[in-house]
Amino acid sequence: MRGFFFSENMKLADLISENYNLILMLPRFGIPLGFGDKSVADICKNNNIPVDFFLLVCNIYSFDNFIPDKMLISSIDMNFLLPYLLASHRYYKEERIPHIENHLQHLIEKSEAKYGKILLQFFNEYKEEVNEHFRHEEEQVFPHLEALQKGNSDNSYRIRTFVPEHSNIEDKLSDLTRIICKYFPGNILPNESIELIFDILQLSDDLEKHKLIEEKILVPYVVFLERRFR
Amino acid sequence: MSRKLKVLIVEPSSIIVEGLLKILNGTELFHILPSLPDVQHLQERLSVSHPDILILNPTLLFPTKRIPIFSFLNENPQIAVVALIYQYVEAKVLSAYHGVIDIRENPGQIAPILLEAQAILREAVPSSDSYELSDRETEVLICLAKGLISKEIADKLNISVHTVNSHRKNITRKTGIKSIAGLAVYAMLHNLTDK
Repeated sequence: MRGFFFSENMKLADLISENYNLILMLPRFGIPLGFGDKSVADICKNNNIPVDFFLLVCNIYSFDNFIPDKMLISSIDMNFLLPYLLASHRYYKEERIPHIENHLQHLIEKSEAKYGKILLQFFNEYKEEVNEHFRHEEEQVFPHLEALQKGNSDNSYRIRTFVPEHSNIEDKLSDLTRIICKYFPGNILPNESIELIFDILQLSDDLEKHKLIEEKILVPYVVFLERRFR
Repeated sequence: MSRKLKVLIVEPSSIIVEGLLKILNGTELFHILPSLPDVQHLQERLSVSHPDILILNPTLLFPTKRIPIFSFLNENPQIAVVALIYQYVEAKVLSAYHGVIDIRENPGQIAPILLEAQAILREAVPSSDSYELSDRETEVLICLAKGLISKEIADKLNISVHTVNSHRKNITRKTGIKSIAGLAVYAMLHNLTDK
């Protein structure tokens, strides 16, 4: 494939040894573990996933300097884009954030009430902002994409008004690691606190990649569809 | 003030230099050094005359280097540098300066701008090698934690919005915390919010 860093003839296992974070992609595509030494092309075929799209996501996820051009975006089968994005949102909302919240809850229970309270309040504010961001995408952007994919263009929404950038949400997450790392009393659950910091950093990295996927696939693809209807 | 602040003007237009001289000499707060038309001999002059405040036209700085003002400030940490601007200069560049004089500024405001630039520098100097918040920064932090915006903090503490913003930058640089909510947590954990 043109300009792709990973290609369909590579073994999926090799992609993952190149970038272990790609393991996170598998459940979002519905690919179970135990894939043996099969190639990316075979695995995608078995799971009814357009291989070009799978590679596009893996490449954006792994290579920050990879920028798909308009031709590529318009030539790839994007039917999996919406399910992929929804699965990512589900993963954040239903798995990662509750997991972090759970750790944080332990920390809060063991700390002085007034400190625990403010930390919980901070996290709840963060959670609310993230959920609001996801809600906006799910209620405005995704239905727009779906309508365009089905050939309806009567929606007055335009992707130009959507900004995948959510710097305030990212700031809060990095603030949370700093607060726990530097300023929260360190003698409460030291091991779990370190685990928690790693979990937050990992979520933060993953959200950063998610943003890249929205910037480099979702936005240009919707722009392409909007143009086609004009 | 024990002595007059030494001011060096670096500006190609002699009309503007004359005007500034007239305004600043009228205040009797400053000792104005002989001005320079460009930055060619600036370093030598600095090492001889040690000005407290430098009024500098940003367009004179070597244009091929992206933002030479930053390295200039690093090399001369004792000097408050005030930009003298006629036209649009990128906000990112201007934010490096301790103060800005627009050519259309009300003459009465120029001395206060210089004094404030010097005040910002004085507060910033000890902080450059310290990670502790200064008293002023702590005050600003408490206001931020209470939910006040920069304008309200400026009014409350009787300082300019510009100064509030440079305190905010320092607070974030020192603590690593960017969001207001995060700063509120910081303030709480340091028992600053009960005061």
